[in-house]
Amino acid sequence: MTTPHKSNKSSTGKRSPSAVRPVELFLERELRRIIDTVLRLAKSTGAEETEVHIDETADSLTRFANNAIHQNVAEHGLNVSIRTVADGRTARATTNRVDEDSLRAAIEASLSLAHSQPKDPHLLPLPTKKRYRKINRFAKDTAALTPEERARAVRKACDLAIQNGQVAAGIFASGLQQSAMGNSRGLFAAYRETHAEFSITMQQNPAASWAKANAASVRAFDPQKLAQRAAEKAHLAVDAKELPPGRYTVILEPAAVLDLVGFLFYDFAATALEDKRSCLNGRMGQQLFGKNITIVDDAYHPLQLGAPFDGEGIPREKVQLVDRGVPKNLVYSRRSAKSANKKPTGHGFALPNEYGEAPMNLVFSGGDSPLEKMIASTNRGLLVTRLWYIREVDPYEKVMTGMTRDGLFLVENGKVTTAVRNFRFNQSILELLRNVELLGPAVRATGEEAFEMVVPAMKVREFHFSEVTKF
Amino acid sequence: MWDLSVNALDTARLRGASYADVRVMHLRQRDLTTKNGQVGTLAQSESIGLGIRALANGAWGFASTDRLTRESVSACAAQAVSIARASALAKRGDVVMVPEDPYVDSWQSPFRKDPFEIPLETQLTLLLAADEEMRRVKGVTLTETGMQFRKIESWFASSIGSRIHQNKLITGCGIGATSFQGDDIQKRSYPNSFGGQHALEGYELVESLDFLKHAPRVGEEAAALHFAPQCPEKTGTLILGGSQLGLQIHESVGHPIELDRVLGQEANFAGTSFLTLDQLNKLRYGSDIVNVVADARLEHGPGLGSFAYDDEGVPAQCTDIIKDGQFRGYLSNRETAHLIGLKRSSGTMRTESWNRLPIIRMTNISLNPGTWDFENLIADTDDAILMETNRSWSIDDRRYQFQFSTEVGWEIKGGKKTRMLKNPSYSGITTEFWNSCDAICSRDHWTLWGTPNCGKGQPMQTMGTGHGAAPSRFRNVRIGSAFSNQ
Repeated sequence: MTTPHKSNKSSTGKRSPSAVRPVELFLERELRRIIDTVLRLAKSTGAEETEVHIDETADSLTRFANNAIHQNVAEHGLNVSIRTVADGRTARATTNRVDEDSLRAAIEASLSLAHSQPKDPHLLPLPTKKRYRKINRFAKDTAALTPEERARAVRKACDLAIQNGQVAAGIFASGLQQSAMGNSRGLFAAYRETHAEFSITMQQNPAASWAKANAASVRAFDPQKLAQRAAEKAHLAVDAKELPPGRYTVILEPAAVLDLVGFLFYDFAATALEDKRSCLNGRMGQQLFGKNITIVDDAYHPLQLGAPFDGEGIPREKVQLVDRGVPKNLVYSRRSAKSANKKPTGHGFALPNEYGEAPMNLVFSGGDSPLEKMIASTNRGLLVTRLWYIREVDPYEKVMTGMTRDGLFLVENGKVTTAVRNFRFNQSILELLRNVELLGPAVRATGEEAFEMVVPAMKVREFHFSEVTKF
Repeated sequence: MWDLSVNALDTARLRGASYADVRVMHLRQRDLTTKNGQVGTLAQSESIGLGIRALANGAWGFASTDRLTRESVSACAAQAVSIARASALAKRGDVVMVPEDPYVDSWQSPFRKDPFEIPLETQLTLLLAADEEMRRVKGVTLTETGMQFRKIESWFASSIGSRIHQNKLITGCGIGATSFQGDDIQKRSYPNSFGGQHALEGYELVESLDFLKHAPRVGEEAAALHFAPQCPEKTGTLILGGSQLGLQIHESVGHPIELDRVLGQEANFAGTSFLTLDQLNKLRYGSDIVNVVADARLEHGPGLGSFAYDDEGVPAQCTDIIKDGQFRGYLSNRETAHLIGLKRSSGTMRTESWNRLPIIRMTNISLNPGTWDFENLIADTDDAILMETNRSWSIDDRRYQFQFSTEVGWEIKGGKKTRMLKNPSYSGITTEFWNSCDAICSRDHWTLWGTPNCGKGQPMQTMGTGHGAAPSRFRNVRIGSAFSNQ
C-alpha cells in the first residue's frame, strides 16, 4: 500500500521516521502541495469547485492511577477532507491516506455523494483568498517533551501522594497539531499550535480533590504545584458532613464556572436562533444577565488556543456577544449571515453541516475578587471545586443538572469550616448569570464538560441544589 | 496486513517487549442528515492505521501510526517499547496478565443488506419524506433525520500467536421533531433520542423501523407536549419504556461494574465505583426479579457490544452481573481478572480506533426479560407515570445518585394510560432503585438498544454499547425533581 508520508510515489512525503524520534509535522509547503494535488485531481474529475482541509496531530498522553503509570500512549495521524461542488450540490469525503489514488478516490466519493441529492438553493460559491492575523502558539519545548520527562513529573506527583498517605491519578499530556485549508478559488490558510495538560486527582479515602491546567506551553503551569493543591484540598475533604439540599450561596472555582457556562456557546449561533432551539430566541437586546456579565468571542486572546479561521476559511472576528448583561450579537457562518443580511464573523463549521456555526473562544470579563476575598465575604455558602456530568434539562430556561465533585466545602463567617457531601444541582444558567455577586480575575479554565475558555471564579447567590448523594 | 503486524511484533520483541499486541484497523463511515426538508450533513470518511501495545520492564507503552510501511511500523513498535520503559520509571509493580489461548480466526457480523450498496438517493429520499411528514404537523418548528453506517475491519495479532480478523457493520438511524412555542422547547424522537436506534445490522434495520408511519405521530406529540400538564413532583410508581431503561442500565449498572473504575484507574476522569471488591457476591443490587448479564456473544443479539473476540484477543463471553438480585460479576480484562480471583478475562477490552489503547468497556449489558405482558402491566397499575425516550441523563462519579428526564410522560390511573405529561423526570440511588423493581415485561417487549456515544478514557474514546431491556415498573421513586425549584 502507498503510504501517507513515505513512498516515492507519494504526492508529498519524503522524510523517514527514525525509531523513537519525536514525530515532526509536515511543513507548510508540504501541506500546500497536498492541497494543490487535490485541487488538480478534482479539476480533472469534474468538480466545479473544491475545498480541502488537512488536520495533522501528534499527541502523547501519560496516564497514572494508584500512584503509578498504567497507560502511556502516543499517536500520529493526518486527515485530508475534501468537499466538492457540482451543479449546485456539495458533499464531503475524508481519508487519512495522501497518495494520489486515495485522494482521487476521496474526490470521487465526494462527487458521488454530492450528485445523489437535490440541488441546494442556499449553496454559496466558495470564498476567495483571505488575509489572516498571525498567531504564535507553538512552543518548541512542548513539542519536544519526551515520555521520560512526563514520567519523571508523574513520579514526583505520585511520591507526594505517597508521602501524604494519598493516592494519585491523572494525566500529563502534550502534543502538536496543525490545520491547513485551501480551495479552488485561491484561498489558503494554515495554523499550528502546541498544547500541554496536567490533571491530577488526589484521593484520601473516602474523599478526593482535583487540580488541572491546560495551555499552549508546558511551561505555563507547574505539575507539582497542581499536585500540592489537590493534595491539600483532598486532606480537607475528608469527614464530609451532609447538608440538606436547597438554595445556597456558592463560590464556583473557574473550572466549575466553565463547565456550566460552556453549555451556552451554541446558543449564540445564528443558525440556532433560526432553528428556534436557542435560549436567546426572543431575548436578544434584553437585560438577560446581571450588569457584571460581559462576554466576547476572541480567538486572538492570549489565553486562547485555536485557528484564526473557520471551517470555510473565513477569518475569525472578535465578537461582543454580551455587553453588561445584554445579549448584543450572534456569530454567523457565510450562510446564516446571508440569511440574516449580516457579515460572516468567521465562526462557521466545515460544510455541509446542519449546525451552522458557534463561538469557540469565549472570554468572560473578570473582576477583582480573588477566591480568598469571596470566601472572606461569605457568611454561609459552599465552595465548589468542580462539577460533573452536566446535562441540559430545559433548553429554553437553560436548566442544567449535574453533580459537585472532588471537593465541596462549607464556608461560614468568612472561613472554610468543613467538607460537605456532594450535591446534585438543577440550576438555570440564565438565572445564575443574574445572581453573580462577585467575579474573580478571568483565567484560562479547564474542566471536563466544556472546551477550555477564559472565565473567572464567581460568587453566586441562590444556587439550587436538589438532592444529596452518599459521599 | 499480517506481514505488517508480524513486523511490529518482531520489532517489539527485539526491543525487549515481553508481550505485545497489534491492531490494524480500517474504518469506513457514511453520515446522512436532513434538517427542515434539506440535506444537512452528507459525508463519508475512511481511516486506516496500526496501533501496538507493548509490555516492557513490567509496564505498558502504546504507539500508533497511519504510515503503513515496514519502516514506519517498526518505528512505531520501537516507540511503544520505549514508552513502556518510560512508564516503568513510575511503576509500583509489574503488570500481570492471566493466561489466554492463541486464536486464529476470521469473523463477519451478519447482515442482510449492505447500506453502502443501497443507492444514496434511496436513503435520502426516505429521510426527506419522513422529514416532510413531520413538518406537516402544525407547531413543529424543527425537523431532523439521520442515518449513519460504519464498517470496521480489524486485524489483531499478538505475541502469543493470535491472528484474528473481524468485520463489523453498524447501522444507526432516527428521526426527531422539535416544537418551540412561547417559552418552551419540546421534542419527540423515534425510535430513540440522540440519533435513534443503532445495531450491528445492515440496512434492514432502517427498513424495519418504518419512519414514514411514525413521523406524523412524532410531530404531533412534540407539538402536543406544550399543552400537556407538567409532570408532578412526588414519590410514586414509575414505569420506564425500554429505551430509557436501556440508558438506566448503562449508567447505573454498566459503568459501575467496569473493573478499571473499581480499581481506581479512571479516578481522574470517568470516576470510580461504589461496587468495591468487597461487594462481590454480597451486595443485594436489585430485587429478586432483576437479572443482568454482560453478553458479547452474537446469540444475545445484534448489539453494539457484540463481537467474536475483544481487542485483547479474548473470545466473546456471557457473564452474570446480577443474578436474582445479587451482585455477581465485573467487566474485566487480562490485567485485572486475577485481582478478583478469576483465571480468565471476561473479554471486554475494546478500542475505538487503531490510534487508541483498548480499555475495559461495556459489551451488551442487558436486563433479562421478565414475564409481564405490557398491556397487563399497565392494567395492573393503579397510579403511575410511564416515561419514554431519554432527554437528559446524569449520575455521580461513583454511580450512586442519578437523575434522568425523558421526552414524554404518560399518566397511568386505574390501570389505564390517561393523559400526556411534559417535562417528566425521576431520580434516585442506584441500589434503592433496582431493589424497587417489581415487574419486568417479557421477551416480546424486549429490545437490544444501542448506545453509540459512550465516552471513556484519556484520550477520550467513544464506544457503542448494547442494552437489552423491556418496559419495567419501579415503586417509591422520586419523580419530578429536575423541575422542582425549592
